[in-house]
Amino acid sequence: MFELIGITPQVLFGQLLLGLINGSFYAILSLGLAVIFGLLNIINFTHGAQYMLGAFAAWMLLNYAGIGYWWALLLAPLIVGALAIVAERLLISRLYKLDHLYGLLLTFGLALVIQGLFRNYYGASGLPYAIPPLLSGGHNLGFMFLPNYRGWVVVASLTVCLTTWYMIEKTRLGSYLRAATENPVLTEAFGINVPRLVTLTYAFGVALAAFAGVLAAPIYSVNPNMGADIIIVVFAVVVIGGMGSILGSIITGFGLGLIEGLTKVFYPEISATVIFIIMAIVLLIKPAGLFGRAT
Amino acid sequence: MANVSTTVAAGVAPASGGDRTRTLHRAIFIGLALMLAVAPFLVYPVFLMKVLCFALFACAFNLLLGFGGLMSFGHAAYFGMASYVSAHAAKVWGLTPELAILAGTAVAMVLGAVFGALAVRRKGIYFAMVTLALAQMVYFLSVQAPFTGGEDGIQAVPRGRLLGLISFADDRVLYYFVMAVFMGGLLLIYRVIHSPFGQVCKAIRENEPRAISLGYRPLHYKLAMFVLSAGLAGLAGATKAIVFQLASLTDVHWSMSGEPVLMTLIGGIGTVFGPIAGALVVVSMQNYLAHLGAWVTVVQGGIFILAVLIFREGIVGFIAGRLKQQL
Repeated sequence: MFELIGITPQVLFGQLLLGLINGSFYAILSLGLAVIFGLLNIINFTHGAQYMLGAFAAWMLLNYAGIGYWWALLLAPLIVGALAIVAERLLISRLYKLDHLYGLLLTFGLALVIQGLFRNYYGASGLPYAIPPLLSGGHNLGFMFLPNYRGWVVVASLTVCLTTWYMIEKTRLGSYLRAATENPVLTEAFGINVPRLVTLTYAFGVALAAFAGVLAAPIYSVNPNMGADIIIVVFAVVVIGGMGSILGSIITGFGLGLIEGLTKVFYPEISATVIFIIMAIVLLIKPAGLFGRAT
Repeated sequence: MANVSTTVAAGVAPASGGDRTRTLHRAIFIGLALMLAVAPFLVYPVFLMKVLCFALFACAFNLLLGFGGLMSFGHAAYFGMASYVSAHAAKVWGLTPELAILAGTAVAMVLGAVFGALAVRRKGIYFAMVTLALAQMVYFLSVQAPFTGGEDGIQAVPRGRLLGLISFADDRVLYYFVMAVFMGGLLLIYRVIHSPFGQVCKAIRENEPRAISLGYRPLHYKLAMFVLSAGLAGLAGATKAIVFQLASLTDVHWSMSGEPVLMTLIGGIGTVFGPIAGALVVVSMQNYLAHLGAWVTVVQGGIFILAVLIFREGIVGFIAGRLKQQL
């Protein structure tokens, strides 16, 4: 069958796996954007820069402190999340009473500053980050070769996404979050510290981005521009999925990654633009997004 | 969406547009024209042309944000595509500069009509994300398409002769042409804002359900505003390609979409003359800080943050508030 369409299974499944990996990053990043948007009502343009910061934190931990991948996976999101708390308290919290667009402009400026600083100190060419020894090598599955690290990325992302979904939909803390998203004033009247919840939510969304950054570091080189490239695609993902549903963000992210992978096999010319084309089609058919509520 | 310009220009007098305001605006237009006419004898003309091109670009963006309430984060698409088309028309087809610029502007308007029709289906923050994503698509297409010259861009575009007669080889001659284009664009924007069409757009921005109940179709008005804004951004980009004899990927990159946003923010969102002041500040800054390399991005980002936090009314908005006049 594969010979019929002139594509080897190795190529097809290899690209599907790459698509799934890109999809994992789309899912984690759009999930973070959706959680932040739900409560803060701002689109976090710094998200891409924070994903890049996660990767750089892992690289710095390894090269300056000798701390390896597994600790970085835990520490980098904590460090970047802590920085996010500072940014939220100092800058973003001043904008909640204003139009949403100012949040976009502020976080855009913040992204420019962070990316500019890292370009100055580390150049634009990218730094290598080795795959941890435990996950090097791979398995031959018969129809394709599966590098262990790539399999791990998909599993880890899915776990993080589903845990986040569970936390928000099924736990008490998540119910506070949903209540504050729905009606912050009333939630505060019930004695819940909404401003602190807002800060923690921002830090959590950003920590997710940093986690994705650490996962990405061994696959793509650690590069100051890595966030700027991916964040615009993630915006398109968010427009396609709508930001109303957590599970919707996850499904849309993985689905679009897979579609992108398939496009690379069957019609590589449009693989860079396919997500934007899908966005245009979705806007025509269902302007509120696949999982969005009409506003 | 609560809207931007009213929150920003809170201190500005109501939009009655009395005789005094009209006289003041006329005086500003005449003063601006006189200043621009003398300027090339005092300042390097190529720098001035850059300021004028970006000022027109920022005014086009501000038309959409300040008077239509729509924040586009993808205006580089129209600026850059027009720049490519006009460079290609002048270099490969051998068109005269004014025809090449018109071709670029026309393509930008067509592109604006297609993208605008998609983008106006969403509002607020989604509108910004949609326009950004569509512009990124144009960027990827520009990287792949053969006619754009990929990484090299289109270089050594001939400046040509206006109407086949007047040579643009001299910077000053070209400057007066660019000045005429800029003043024409600015007058058009001014006229549109104060036309019945502009009034309806403002009404839609302020209260869309009410405008619908009065029988207006918001999508049509938003789309018309979008096409106009895209066309003017295209006019700026096409002119820039002739001035610098270059069209490149920089013109369609997302960071180019951020430029008019910053200029408008610094000058004053929703003011007629603000984006011009903003363009002058930003282009001067880029010129004087050019030797710092990538630090320019950091400085620009820092200005973004400061402007949003403490100077939302912008330079012209601040002056307008003091004078209690619309500017």
